[in-house]
This record gives sequence, structure tokens and C-alpha cells, in this order.
Amino acid sequence: MHPFRLIPKLLLALALLITAAPGAFAQDVEALVNTLPEGSYSDREKVIFDLAATGDDRVASILKVLGEGDLYVREEDGRVVAGKRAGRDYALSDPLTGEALGAAPSSDLDKIRVNNRLRRAIRSAIGQLTLMSPSPSVRLTAARSLLRNADPDALELLDEALAAETDTGVKTVMELARATTILKTDAGLDEKTAAIDTVTARGNREALAVLTASLSTAPSELTPAIERGIAGIERKLAMWDGLQNVWYGLSLGSVLLLAAIGLAITFGVMGVINMAHGEIVMLGAYTTFAVQQVIRISFPGLFDYSLAIALPLAFLVTALVGIAIERGFIRWLYGRPLETLLATWGLSLILQQTVRTIFGPNNREVGNPGWMSGAFDLGGLSITWNRLWIVVFALVVFAILLAVLNRTPLGLQMRAVTQNRRMASSMGIRTPWVDALTFGLGSGIAGIAGVALSQIDNVSPNLGQSYIIDSFMVVVFGGVGNLWGTLVGALTLGVANKFLEPFAGAVLGKIFILVFIILFIQRRPRGLFALKGRAVDA
Amino acid sequence: MSMKMTRRAVMTAALASSICLSAGITYAQEETIKVGVLHSLSGTMAISETTLKDTMLFLIDEQNRKGGLLGKKLEAVVVDPASDWPLFAEKARELISVSDVAAVFGCWTSVSRKSVLPVFEELNSILFYPVQYEGEESQRNVFYTGAAPNQQAIPAVDYLMNEEGVERWVLAGTDYVYPRTTNKILEQYLMDKGVAAEDIMINYTPFGHSDWQTIVSDIKAFGSAGKKTAVVSTINGDANVPFYKELANQGIAAEDIPVVAFSVGEEELAGIDTEPLVGHLAAWNYFQSVDTPENEEFIAKWREFIGDENRVTNDPMEAHVVGFNLWVQAVEKAGTTDTDAVLDAIIGLETPNLTGGIAKMLPNHHITKPVLIGEIQDDGQFEVVWETEEVVPGDAWSDFLPESKMIEADWTAPINCGNYNTETKSCGGAS
Repeated sequence: MHPFRLIPKLLLALALLITAAPGAFAQDVEALVNTLPEGSYSDREKVIFDLAATGDDRVASILKVLGEGDLYVREEDGRVVAGKRAGRDYALSDPLTGEALGAAPSSDLDKIRVNNRLRRAIRSAIGQLTLMSPSPSVRLTAARSLLRNADPDALELLDEALAAETDTGVKTVMELARATTILKTDAGLDEKTAAIDTVTARGNREALAVLTASLSTAPSELTPAIERGIAGIERKLAMWDGLQNVWYGLSLGSVLLLAAIGLAITFGVMGVINMAHGEIVMLGAYTTFAVQQVIRISFPGLFDYSLAIALPLAFLVTALVGIAIERGFIRWLYGRPLETLLATWGLSLILQQTVRTIFGPNNREVGNPGWMSGAFDLGGLSITWNRLWIVVFALVVFAILLAVLNRTPLGLQMRAVTQNRRMASSMGIRTPWVDALTFGLGSGIAGIAGVALSQIDNVSPNLGQSYIIDSFMVVVFGGVGNLWGTLVGALTLGVANKFLEPFAGAVLGKIFILVFIILFIQRRPRGLFALKGRAVDA
Repeated sequence: MSMKMTRRAVMTAALASSICLSAGITYAQEETIKVGVLHSLSGTMAISETTLKDTMLFLIDEQNRKGGLLGKKLEAVVVDPASDWPLFAEKARELISVSDVAAVFGCWTSVSRKSVLPVFEELNSILFYPVQYEGEESQRNVFYTGAAPNQQAIPAVDYLMNEEGVERWVLAGTDYVYPRTTNKILEQYLMDKGVAAEDIMINYTPFGHSDWQTIVSDIKAFGSAGKKTAVVSTINGDANVPFYKELANQGIAAEDIPVVAFSVGEEELAGIDTEPLVGHLAAWNYFQSVDTPENEEFIAKWREFIGDENRVTNDPMEAHVVGFNLWVQAVEKAGTTDTDAVLDAIIGLETPNLTGGIAKMLPNHHITKPVLIGEIQDDGQFEVVWETEEVVPGDAWSDFLPESKMIEADWTAPINCGNYNTETKSCGGAS
């Protein structure tokens, strides 16, 4: 076999003796890397520690590649290589020097496997190795990973790094990491008390976890201090929890608003019971998928703009489908709600099965662009980017729709036709044309809601089904024919749901909401914001 | 090359013989053995079940290439119960009494299985059920080729406890019979292992739940008690995608709070970008990535049949492969497709699993399976990080629930009972 595989331990011992000699250093790392493929996960963990112990500059980058699962063994010569997927093959390079080594198909490569335990070991090793990095952001990541792993052996290193640290942000995290680590050691009482204060001052969930964990091991003199700290943090968190719930509620409300706002036009303004509304939302989501698919294949650089491209396309596609539905089915059924309900329900099944036949029954992957991934902290709130953008998007769509209805000639005609069809007709408005456009507008809005929902939900033929009930609920609750009612209704239901969920659970919470709406409709059959005037009786 | 040639030769021979048969006998149309396929091709479950329908067509096609069964061709009779539970019973009745099928392969959800049970009992036919389920059942006419709880849930919990050192548990599931029963078994099991009640959080959500913000942040809060925490997920179907997306966005990494899922396979992951999910786990008896010659051959043939070289395979598909092979063997052994003869013949038969080891049909109508724990990779596949050393026999009645631990199922003489009480020595369950 490969000669290096047989002598790693010897080399390691040798290297430990003569760490000053840089030549031996290089060989040592190489030898260790070559032992990575062997043995079990725990053997590999040892090699990772040994690698980290060498302190070599190149170790951090090798460990990173290993942690990402991109390290392979080439079968023909047993060489450890870094592989990156390039089309059907893998582009290989030397993990130490970065020298390109050509390409190979996956069948010629054996992956060096890592599991969660190894990933943790790698994370903490990289943290220790990069704690002195010149870049503050790298140091910050390093300090964070030390904070998560809190390894007593790293204490000396932390002290050293803290002494040299100039960036206050990084310093705070390092101090916290140091305090966390100290609580795990058998340091003196004074030092531990100081550490408890540091952690308590941080005051977030991580701090709470650290304090709770230390409670069982801390000496009894410290228990009151820790308990005080825990109680303090819990009080603070409880307050933030309330706010966090409001945010979750608004976010759920914005999703409901998006799903319902198209229906507020077709059902609310036109009075068509459109059971195929959910499927139009689904078509919007599939348009997003199709756009992303084209971008993935032909223009990978544009991926972050895929949603911006999908929006107008989804509007166009679904608006056209909507107009076709209105011209083909619904216009024959005005004034016959039961038949409309049945016809559109049948249509929804047809649309679902068509999509299933074309795209297959499985979920389709719609990626989140970079600016919609992850979360950020705002005070004690944790806000995910995709939810934030969806809230913003829902409000923008609402504002635009309101402007279209109230400020444009088309909006004026729509309102005229829905309020008094015969009068509008005798004023020279082409009512069939306006009907088609109104339905198209409602469908188009549903389509762009689909673009947003593709970011948080499955893109599957069933996407629409899960939103149709909620959409009707919002429109009926808010008051049929009133856009503001839809807005207030959606947000109210969202927030109410999120406040019920922690107490009642998701299942009961939903039932409570439904019961509440039934009772509410009994009291106020026309919803929150009832339309007044002649339209009501028409 | 030579393989192909021989197969073609066999096919030609089979074709020739069937032509001869049809020339000689006028009712050659009836000279097929019919196999019922009862999987939803529309509605919510189509996402999972359509693939199983294709799997059955593939298996029947393969068998016919090998010359059919008992000298006859197999013929698939496909019906669509449309994810509608009562319709499952109607379609099952139609398959058995109108189409006169020899056996039925089908169902996915437990509620669909429960709805067809009386039909199979009344008309005395055979059902092969390919999905992991909650156990607490063994019926004379049903063969359970998916995992029982002791072949999936219990080993997964053991893995987390021993290898990851998990002390705090979130049991999250969709609100229906499979997660509820499984969580009941798991809760009892964890308590028996000394886990305190306050270290177990149980949470149920409706089907297709899409807003996971509160629950994921609850999990995060539950996990910040200073003890290693893991989530055991029996969340079903479409709800998984938004769940995993929310996990990724709220920054719950597998290294900190791993999620082990019992209903998430390669097919479900196809709709998610798995990059942020690397390291989360799933427990199954089959993964596409398992490197055995049987599996390699199966995947190659399956992809050729379906005409898509990226098509994934998953655990319930393997269950159908195993179940179908066992049924074929049993029919060959019995020399007939008659239900009673096949029921007798199939017990004790063996066929290789695609992941290594031998699947044996046990007297309780469950089979032996290896248990694999896999971690999600960034290419949407699983990598096995742990597996049982030997195959695990399926246990119909959980030994961890007080009301079912004395019950055994044994469909061989002299017991011949699906819920035999070993304490009272009588058939008829716990009462």
C-alpha cells in the first residue's frame, strides 16, 4: 500500500520532538492527512486533534474541506484529494498545495466520511487554529465556535487571543467563551463568580444554556448567584418572547394576506366562489420553479435575481390563465354560486392533475437566493430574512393593489361594474371585458403570491389545497368586498393563531380559530368591515 | 452483453411459448396471474405513492422477462384510490372480486391500511404493505414488509443516546395514528431508560403544517437547558419541507440539535436544498447510497425502466422488492396462487435485502431487516453512519408498552393468532 499509511504514528512522535524544524512539520501534516481515510470515526477524530496540534497554517483549510465532506481518496493510487463537483465529474486538487489534479468520475473516488461528532471536532479545531487570524470576521467565527464547544484545553489560547484582541465585538464573544470555559473547569471561586457575571450580562438563550448546565457542577457557594442569573435571564426572555410571538403572528398573517388577497378580488369584489384559487397560487410557484430551472442550466450567475424575474412572469402566466378561466367557464355561471363552486372545484382538480402529469407528483426544489437565507438578531428577537421579505412583499402588493383599485381608470371601472352592472353598462363600460380583466388581476396577484410561498412551502401539486380554506376564512372574516378588511383579517388571524399555539398546540389552536370565526360570523355575518350601501343588496 | 443476450433469448422463448399457448387455447387472455396495485395516483399521497406504483410495474415487468410465474405472465391491475381512505376499501374490493387478483401490493398511510383490512379478511386475499408503521397489529391476510417500531424508532433513539449523548428529547409528529403510537412507545422507552419527564417534549401538528416558526423556536428554547438535545421527527409528507427550511433559517445545525426523522427519505429531500441540513439524520432499513452489488443492480435496472438516470430510490420501494420476491417464491413453492396455500408457504421464506443480509418472513407476518442510520448529505442523499450488526426481526406488538408486551402474533399452527396473549394463553389481545 502507500508507504505513508504505515508510519503515521512514528512520524507524529518524530514531529513532536522536533517541532522547530519546518521540514519535518510539512511531512507530518501530509502523513496525518494520508491517515484520514483509515479506521473508524473515533480514529479519524484523533487524527483531527493531532492535525490541529501541529499548528500548521494549512491545517485549517484542510479541516474545512474535510468538514464539508469534499475530501476523497482516489482509488487508483490511494491519494487523498479534495474534490469539487464539476458537471458529472469531480475536479480534483491537492488538499495541501491546492495544485489541480485533473478530474475523475465519482465511481473512482471514495469519500472520507464525517459525522456530527467529527464535524463538532473540526469546528472546534478550526476555531482554535483561526483565533489569531488577521481578519476580524474569521476571529469572530472562531470565537463563536469556541463558545459553542467550550473546551477547557483552549483556555490558554483564549487568554492569549484576548490579550491581543483589538476589535470590541470579537472581544465580547471571546470573553463570553472564556467565561463559559471557566465554568467548566475547577477554577477558583472568584474567577467563577466573575465568569457567572459575564455570562449573566450577556442575557440571551445561549447564556441561559451555559448557566443551567453549570448549575449541576458548580460548588454550592455559587448556586445562589447562578440561580439569580438564570431567573434574571428568564424574566428578560419572557418579555422578548411576547414580542417574538407578535412578529411570528405578523409573519403568518402576511402569508395569509398574500394567499387571500387575490381571492379578495375574485371572491370579494366579483363575488365568484373560486375554488381554483389555490391552484392558481400553485401555478405561480411552478413558474418560479421553471424560471429557476432555466437559470440553473443556462445562467447560473443570475440566481440571486431569479425571484425578480419570476415575479412578472408569474403574474403574466396566472393572469392569462385567470382570463381564460373567466372567459371559458365563469362567465356562463354568473349569478349561480352553487354551479360556480362545483365548476371551479372541478377545475382545481384538473389543474392539479395537469401539473402532476407535467412536473411529476414530487416536490420541486425552489432555492432561496442568498439574501433570503438565514436570520439576524434584533434585540432579543430572532428574525429570519425570508419571513421579513415576505412581510414586506405582502404589504407592497397590498399597497399596489389598493392604488390600482382606487387610482386607475381600470380600478374605477371595476368598482363601477361590481357595484351596479347595468348602470355601468349603460355608461358605456364594456362589462364583460372588465369582468375578464378583474378576474385576470385577481389571478395574477394569486400567482405572485405563489412566487413568495415557494420560498417557505413545498412546491408540489398540492400547494394550493392547503391555502384555499385559509384564504376564504380571511376574506369572509375581514368582510367580503373590502381590501382593508382582508389586511386586518389576515394579520388578526395570524397573531391570534400564534398566541394560541404555545398554549393549545398547533392542532387545537387551529380549531379554536375556526370556532372563533364561526361565532364571529354569527354575530356579524358581513365580517369585520361590512360594505354599506346598495352593493350589499345587489 | 451476454446478460442481455440471454435475457433476450429468454424473452423470445417466453414470447414464442405464449404465442403457442394462445394458439392452442382460445381463452389465453385469462392465462395471466393478476397482481393488484393499490396506490394513490392523485391527491395528497400521490407524492409518495406514485413511485411505488411504478416500482410494482417495474418488478412485474422484470418477473415477466424472467419467464413469469408458474408458466404464466403476470399482469398488473392498477387502480387509483385517490388518497381517499374509504375509496381504498372500495378499490380493494374491486381488485379482489372484479379483477380477481392473486395478491395486492399497496397502501401507504396507516389509516388507508386500516380501512382495507376488513375487505382482505372478508374476501380472503393477500396484501403486502410496504411502509414503516406503528405496529400493534398483525392480520392474517397482511404482510408488513416495512419496519415495525423496533426496526426503526428504537434503534434510532439508541444511536442518539449512545453515540451523540442525547439527554433531552423532542418528539415532534404529525397528528395521526402512526406518530401518536410511535411516540407513545418512544416515551415509555425513554422513561424506562431513566429520562425524566421534563426532559421530553411532545408536539403534534396538523397535516401539511407550513408555519413552523413557533415550534422551531420552542425547540431552540428547549435545547438551551444545557443538556444535549435531539429531535425525533415523525412529521409526515409535505410538512417536512417547510420544517427543514425553518430549521435551516433559524440556524439550528445538526452538530447542536440533530433531527432524526422516520418519514423523510430520498424522495422527500428531492424538494429541498440540503446544504444547510447536512448531518441531520434519518433511520431506515434502506438507503439509495448503500454500496452493495444487489442495490447497484436494482438502481441501474430501475433507472433504465423509468427512463430517468437521476431518479432516486427509497425504503418503501425496497420493501416492495422484498415483498414481491417473497410472494413469487411462495407461489412457486405452493404451486398455486390460492390464498391459503400461499399464506402457509410464505412463512420462513428468505430473500436477500438490497442492503445486505437476508429478509425472512416471520410467523408474525413481519420480516427481518437491518437498521441503518444515515446523515443527510449536500447532494440530497444519506450516508450510513451506523447500522445494526445483524438483521432485526420485526416485532408486531411493542415490548415497551405495558398493554401489548404480553401479546405476540404467530400465524403458524397451533397458535394461528394475530394477538395471542402469552399470559392468559388465549387469542384475543389484552383484555
